[in-house]
Amino acid sequence: MNILIKYDISLTCKAILQEQLQKLDIGYSIIGLNEIEFTKLLSTEQLEQLKSNFEKYGIEIIDNQKAALVQKIRDTIIEMVWKDDVLPNVTTSAYLAEKLNHSYGYLSNLFSEITYTTIENFIIFQKIERAKQMTISENFTLTEISYQLNYSSVAHLSNQFKKTTGLTPSAFQRIIKKKRENRAAL
Amino acid sequence: MSNKLLRILLADDDEDDRLFFKEALEAIKIKTIVTTVNDGIELMEYLLLPNALLPDVIFLDLNMPRKDGMQCLEEIRNNDALKELTVAIYSTSGAERDIEETFIKGANVYIKKPNDFSALKKVVEDALKINWQYHISGTNKDSFMLSI
Repeated sequence: MNILIKYDISLTCKAILQEQLQKLDIGYSIIGLNEIEFTKLLSTEQLEQLKSNFEKYGIEIIDNQKAALVQKIRDTIIEMVWKDDVLPNVTTSAYLAEKLNHSYGYLSNLFSEITYTTIENFIIFQKIERAKQMTISENFTLTEISYQLNYSSVAHLSNQFKKTTGLTPSAFQRIIKKKRENRAAL
Repeated sequence: MSNKLLRILLADDDEDDRLFFKEALEAIKIKTIVTTVNDGIELMEYLLLPNALLPDVIFLDLNMPRKDGMQCLEEIRNNDALKELTVAIYSTSGAERDIEETFIKGANVYIKKPNDFSALKKVVEDALKINWQYHISGTNKDSFMLSI
């Protein structure tokens, strides 16, 4: 005997996507027909896992080479700023160009084109984040922080901190302390 | 990683301010979809809907009838489903005490409402850019405080 079936292809795909995405245990939303937004960044392993799970249904994750290079730029900057106690004493343009094997001009244009920021601003953002973490831990003086993060002086660090956050390092420290006390009291 | 449409939720009881704010968002480079609510009660109802599409950033006026911005901020930070949301306080007060108080209660951004359009555009864009940098680096937002 034969039966005839009909199905709504987009509904079918959506059900498959949901089934596979739920396995990851990360919040997501499906946008339209071909985009998935995650609430967190996926690790390389999770992305690989998802790729292979999707594969058997003929669903492909589109690798965008430019986006991949921008992610590498991001990762290289984060590593440069956070990995060692003292930031490498090199010009960042030379550092990135050497690590990623592209001219700095190319990397810099690409980063600005794909993201809402520039390489320079992203490095400042990361350095100030690290300065904040060091401030919070209270084990470092501003002099030590400015030395470790390669600032030419405490004034330079303080200015960049104020410019990036709108707060002075001491105001930031005071607020975060109260914020934590406040939370602990709940 | 690439530029996506940002979802913005604005809570402000002043109709002119809402309009002004929406115009500023339309004029900046970052692409956004804006939803507006008129006070704190509406804001919390919206956020607590079972299928609520949560915003990337909430711009929250401090002075609102029925439920003010500070109460909303506390409710958001005490709710597990909402506590990670980026909250930008949007207020006419520039008093240092108010600013510190909101950061202590968990605000991420404090914007003193500017009067002219280009200044508004700039502060809104700055707030969204910094938020975006936190988003792409996966950095803990606990230390995310920006006063502009």
